[in-house]
Amino acid sequence: MSTVIERVSKVIIDRLGVDESEVKAEASFRDDLGADSLDVVELVMELEDEFDMEISDEDAEKIATVGDAISYIEKKIS
Amino acid sequence: MGLTGKCAVVTGASRGIGRAIALELASQGAKIVVNYSGSAQHAQNVVEEIQAHGGQAIAVQANVADTDSVQQLMKTAMDTFGSIDILVNNAGITRDNLLMRMKDDEWDDVINTNLKGVFLCTKAVTRQMMKQRAGRIINISSIVGVAGNAGQANYVAAKAGVIGLTKTTAQELASRNILVNAVAPGFITTEMTDGLPADLKDAMLKQIPLAKLGQPEDVAKAVAFFASNNANYITGQTLHIDGGMVMV
Repeated sequence: MSTVIERVSKVIIDRLGVDESEVKAEASFRDDLGADSLDVVELVMELEDEFDMEISDEDAEKIATVGDAISYIEKKIS
Repeated sequence: MGLTGKCAVVTGASRGIGRAIALELASQGAKIVVNYSGSAQHAQNVVEEIQAHGGQAIAVQANVADTDSVQQLMKTAMDTFGSIDILVNNAGITRDNLLMRMKDDEWDDVINTNLKGVFLCTKAVTRQMMKQRAGRIINISSIVGVAGNAGQANYVAAKAGVIGLTKTTAQELASRNILVNAVAPGFITTEMTDGLPADLKDAMLKQIPLAKLGQPEDVAKAVAFFASNNANYITGQTLHIDGGMVMV
């Protein structure tokens, strides 16, 4: 069973086409990983599917970095 | 056939232009979700007509101005046909009155159904279409949304809003291969226009270079074109289907 970090990283790598080495906790999707606003929306959609959860628009707007996504999901599934 | 295997949701498809669009898309092979608000029997008739010609269709009641109702509509479409490839935002109402006499609820009702309804339905299908990396959204505006029309401030504002919404949606979703266009029908023979007084109809005919009313099928053919692979390089446009009434 993969960890949350591994699963989130895989979604990000697949969606944004970035290298594994770039996916650090402090990396911003938009500033560091080259995502545009629509990419971030899609990323959240795929995280919802991966973890079978609903992420509200209000919460989604606060997810800006890789670390934000990981801590949000860890909190939600614990 | 051009649309074989595609699923099309047509709002307000029980009568008039929406009905013609549902039948036209079905004749080209699409599976149709016939949305209706109040006319259950009319919607069922459309479904049966499609089935009689060997097509697939279901009737689904939903109020396009209500978020939950729209969510349920799209969920039913997905559960039944497994994709949403084409959305036709057609549902519309009129509450005509002079601006000075127009009541707040006449304004709100028309804006909610004719403009907010397009926003809600579009928002509800974009998730699926983004995943598919393909989709077509065709909004039914009106020529009065381009030219204005005394006595229809609410309707004109909504229909002009639909044109702006079409352009913005087209820009936001182009990178995901979702194409968004509008058609602006002129004076089309439907129950909505049958109720107009004869002298008003005569006056309108004088403004139409082709000197005749349009048929719902004239609009449906254009919608089918935008839904097809013949329109792969067209997005954000508004096509007038008005016998030449407004040329800009």
